[in-house]
Amino acid sequence: MATTLAPTELLDTPLAIGGRGFRSRLMVGTGKYRHNQEMAQAIDASGAEIVTVAVRRVDLDRTKEEGVLHHLSPERYFLLANTAGCYTADEAVRYARLAREAGFNEFVKLEVIGDRETLLPDTAGLLEAARVLVKDGFTVLAYTSDDLITALRLEDAGCAAVMPLASPIGSGLGLLNPYSIRTIKQRLEVPVIVDAGVGTASDACLTMEQGVDGILMNTALAEARNPVAMASAMRFAVDAGRLAFLAGRMPRREVAVPSSPERGMLA
Amino acid sequence: MSELTVVVNGEERRVPGPATLLDLLRHLGLDPRTVVVERNREIVRRPRLGETAIAEGDAIELVHFVGGG
Repeated sequence: MATTLAPTELLDTPLAIGGRGFRSRLMVGTGKYRHNQEMAQAIDASGAEIVTVAVRRVDLDRTKEEGVLHHLSPERYFLLANTAGCYTADEAVRYARLAREAGFNEFVKLEVIGDRETLLPDTAGLLEAARVLVKDGFTVLAYTSDDLITALRLEDAGCAAVMPLASPIGSGLGLLNPYSIRTIKQRLEVPVIVDAGVGTASDACLTMEQGVDGILMNTALAEARNPVAMASAMRFAVDAGRLAFLAGRMPRREVAVPSSPERGMLA
Repeated sequence: MSELTVVVNGEERRVPGPATLLDLLRHLGLDPRTVVVERNREIVRRPRLGETAIAEGDAIELVHFVGGG
């Protein structure tokens, strides 16, 4: 690695969620990798610190198998449990409590899914679960739609971060509505982390250019032909997008403006 | 010694009794440090596994972290 500080480190402040600082604005999931070793290498290449995991029944016929934690040192990574697969507020609260009992932290990535086809969030259930979990001492990061009003309600409910989608989970469609993501970011005080839908590096860069605080992705890495290379690309893209946002882009114009002097031309 | 019938992760199992939840985990070859236990919808915290007896018909869930997004 270079001995000089990366430009983002010079211009940027660390990401803070729920009173805790994080060095990377890229968060990654651990699902759908072809094998655990590839997952571990990709996550290493991504530079991510926050890594998501799901809560599921132990497979009692395969208890000798190495679990996901065997490949992710809790000293190095911050484990963020999700409530993926939950369709009601009660179910999500139950999963969150089980996850907390694993003993790593009080953070939960709250998901309450409303529809099996699109996996879009049930925003009413989400708000209900968020209120219960905040009251119960959790640091709640809420996976939600790109709807401003829901995002504001989640912030009011005490969520530590709001996580609107770029596009549906696992779709790789990229950032479908930059305007709503930008609006949510401008109106909320808590961090806005875009979660789901990013497919490739340009999607990540464009998303960060909207000014959001970070991105969480899983499938874009796990389903890339080369997850380790894609993880590295995403790391650069998130940094590039963040830096471009901090730098402040030039205005868009409908007319050309010459870059070379108009004076001094030969007669 | 008698046998208890309990439902573990949705499947009926017969286990030697009397037994605590910690005995059950050992019986199943599980490391209690890597599993979270719920008994009849109530979480049983790790320090209490060895003092919580299993009763006939208990519904027990054993969960852990797996890959997810």
